[in-house]
Amino acid sequence: MSDRVRLPVFAVALTGLLGLVLWGFAGLPDFGDYAGPYGYILNRVAVPERSTTDVVTAVNFDYRGFDTLGEEFILFAAVVGVASILRKLRGERTRPPDDDAAGRRAPLTSLTVRVAGLGLVAPTILVGIYIVGHGQLTPGGGFQGGVILATALLLIYLSADYMTMRAVGPLGVIELAEGLGGAGFALIGLSGLVAGGAFFQNWLGKGTVGDLMSAGTIPLSNAAVGLAVTGGFVFMLSEFLQQTLTRRRDHRRRRRARRSR
Amino acid sequence: MAGCATCVVLARDPLRQAMVASIYGLVLGILFFVFQAPDVALSQTAVGAVALPLMILLALAKVRGGEE
Repeated sequence: MSDRVRLPVFAVALTGLLGLVLWGFAGLPDFGDYAGPYGYILNRVAVPERSTTDVVTAVNFDYRGFDTLGEEFILFAAVVGVASILRKLRGERTRPPDDDAAGRRAPLTSLTVRVAGLGLVAPTILVGIYIVGHGQLTPGGGFQGGVILATALLLIYLSADYMTMRAVGPLGVIELAEGLGGAGFALIGLSGLVAGGAFFQNWLGKGTVGDLMSAGTIPLSNAAVGLAVTGGFVFMLSEFLQQTLTRRRDHRRRRRARRSR
Repeated sequence: MAGCATCVVLARDPLRQAMVASIYGLVLGILFFVFQAPDVALSQTAVGAVALPLMILLALAKVRGGEE
């Protein structure tokens, strides 16, 4: 297709799209104008029914726990996908990472970064655990806390080096955390089916509103999801780091393979 | 917000684009927070401002440094 044909076709498509978008915008409800009944019902019902002060968490891990399980498996599938794409291929060899090799080429990390990074590790872990643990009381929960926990291990990489990071969080342990978290969350859902009669039924005692151990199965679900998300994110990032830092195409072996063919 | 998004599109160098995308993620997080959605804001800040640009950077490092 030449440019002279392409431009009019594009113009027609653009006018059509613009018209549709503007028409759609014109029909949007006003800002903050909410017509559905569910939001109002949940806002009224969540605190007395589930002892949670964070309605979002009550929806995520209780009322619509099934949806969260689906999201959990999306993350799991993404992690499995990354792992299978970034596996060691034939014709690739593993070598020590740049910052650990004998004739090191990577510049030393500056003292400022190292001190600041190491100093931040413990507070980051604390904030992560706090956000996971207080999921039913304050904004946040397993997902948010899990991502924060995952950055703690990256801070270790930033302020030390790759091998130290691997020593602190070996891949086996990370895989175990991801698996246990994902399976634990599904089992909590199943336990609701067994004990209460519905998948993700919140069958445990709800406790008093505002307590750390309140809201029945919600804190347990948060802990499981936190574990799975931490494991998943750390696993994906260490796979990326491993691929970037330690793997190179093996030209020698490739040439030999070509010759033998 | 729209300005930030336009900047992401206009930054042609992938390395710079990753950095601008990180700022975009942070601004979007603040926007969620201002609109009283702190749960979403927390996820958005952690994922959009940290995790996503980091993965882009690592992928870039692999693509560019792949050959010895």
